[in-house]
Amino acid sequence: MVQSSINTALNASLVRLEEVIPGGNYWSGVIQRGNTLRVTDLEGSQGVAMVCYNADNAIERLNVADTSKIQFNAFLKKGMVIYSDMGRILFSITEDTSSYHDLLGGCSSAASNAAKYEGGDFWLNSRDHFLKALTRRGLGKKDIMPNINLFTRIAVGTDGKMTFVEGSEKPGSFIDLRAEMNVLVILSNCPHVMHPSPVFAPKPIKVQVWDSPAPAPDDLCRTANPEAVRGFVNTDALFAQ
Amino acid sequence: MSLTVERMLDPSTAIYDEVLPARHPWSHVVKKGQILRIEDLGGNQAVDFLVYNADDPAERYSAQDTTLAQQNIYLTTDSKLISNDGRAIMTILNDTCGRHDTSGGACSCESNSVRFGLDKKFQHACVENFLTALAPYGLGKRDMVSNINFFMNVPVSEDGTLEIVDGISAPGSIVDLRAEMNALVAISNCPQINNPCNAYNPTPIRLIIWDAA
Repeated sequence: MVQSSINTALNASLVRLEEVIPGGNYWSGVIQRGNTLRVTDLEGSQGVAMVCYNADNAIERLNVADTSKIQFNAFLKKGMVIYSDMGRILFSITEDTSSYHDLLGGCSSAASNAAKYEGGDFWLNSRDHFLKALTRRGLGKKDIMPNINLFTRIAVGTDGKMTFVEGSEKPGSFIDLRAEMNVLVILSNCPHVMHPSPVFAPKPIKVQVWDSPAPAPDDLCRTANPEAVRGFVNTDALFAQ
Repeated sequence: MSLTVERMLDPSTAIYDEVLPARHPWSHVVKKGQILRIEDLGGNQAVDFLVYNADDPAERYSAQDTTLAQQNIYLTTDSKLISNDGRAIMTILNDTCGRHDTSGGACSCESNSVRFGLDKKFQHACVENFLTALAPYGLGKRDMVSNINFFMNVPVSEDGTLEIVDGISAPGSIVDLRAEMNALVAISNCPQINNPCNAYNPTPIRLIIWDAA
């Protein structure tokens, strides 16, 4: 297996872009097909909300329902992929040392911030961050869909009750997202909307885009299950001509 | 309170009462205060459901805001369908099924090709129905978000594993929804035949609307 050891330190020559995103801020960029976006929780994140799109045709976008339904799990882990709403794969999760990412919790808004925090800068919330990043690319309110939350853990009871599991953050943990098409990604580094702390104290994260190796024939994500194999057939067809 | 509602809802006093055939799309504006009933006539029939502020469809049902507001992923009596602007579009007044899905989304030709085989791409699917139902209102793919699946059973375990399993809905199960604003409702009577969401046999549903009391 190629993935026998975790590639924690990236060779500097492979890193195309590196940026630290302070807590409460947001970042967006286009990850070219074949490159990998690494997001690192530097100090014990309270959550990072993420949405993503086909950068060449943003009407194709993240679909959390398909992502969970096709893989029979609402929590993302290494070896899983992130599906668009058109039967194709946006990202492969080629490495992950956090293992706590959810597709259910949703994101913060000005109203949820106002309800939870006393005062402060109410515009530092994920919904408004998504809007601001989208409008710079000619997109807007109609282009926001249910999001992914990185670096946070929620649990679902048999009665459907959702709870935030505190103390699950792992400073230094990271997730590698290999772009399987050209992907527009927006990251909002604001606390998970269910994070119970009444103090607005998001921590910095690091974003790196690196020149990752071409997938081997036994690539974990490309061979994970028959659904993934078919998802890659659909995805590769986008680039067949 | 609920007794009053039940007694009020006599189909003979309805302003709309139609059967939607299996596999078909439907859309309709349910005005503020009106009550929409969806009846699962044959049992185990998933009803894919989207709803918009009819006066400004950029405001639409938000699955995550809805589940967040009630801290629960299932819908039942008293659940409010919350918009992306944090407002209730509809409220569930009555529910004889017990719970309804918010996480499974709609089937599409594309996702069917991934889930069930590349040759399944040309089967009819809920996204086809939604696009048909939304088009007369000038809405399209950009307006599609994660939908509700009434009468569909998707248990989620603590570790996040989930699967669409046999429905818990019986013939005659109903859900009543009161519009809290003018609500554009789009429905796909799910045509899926590759998993148990419709017991492998899509069936008709009945749609009834009452005027505000």
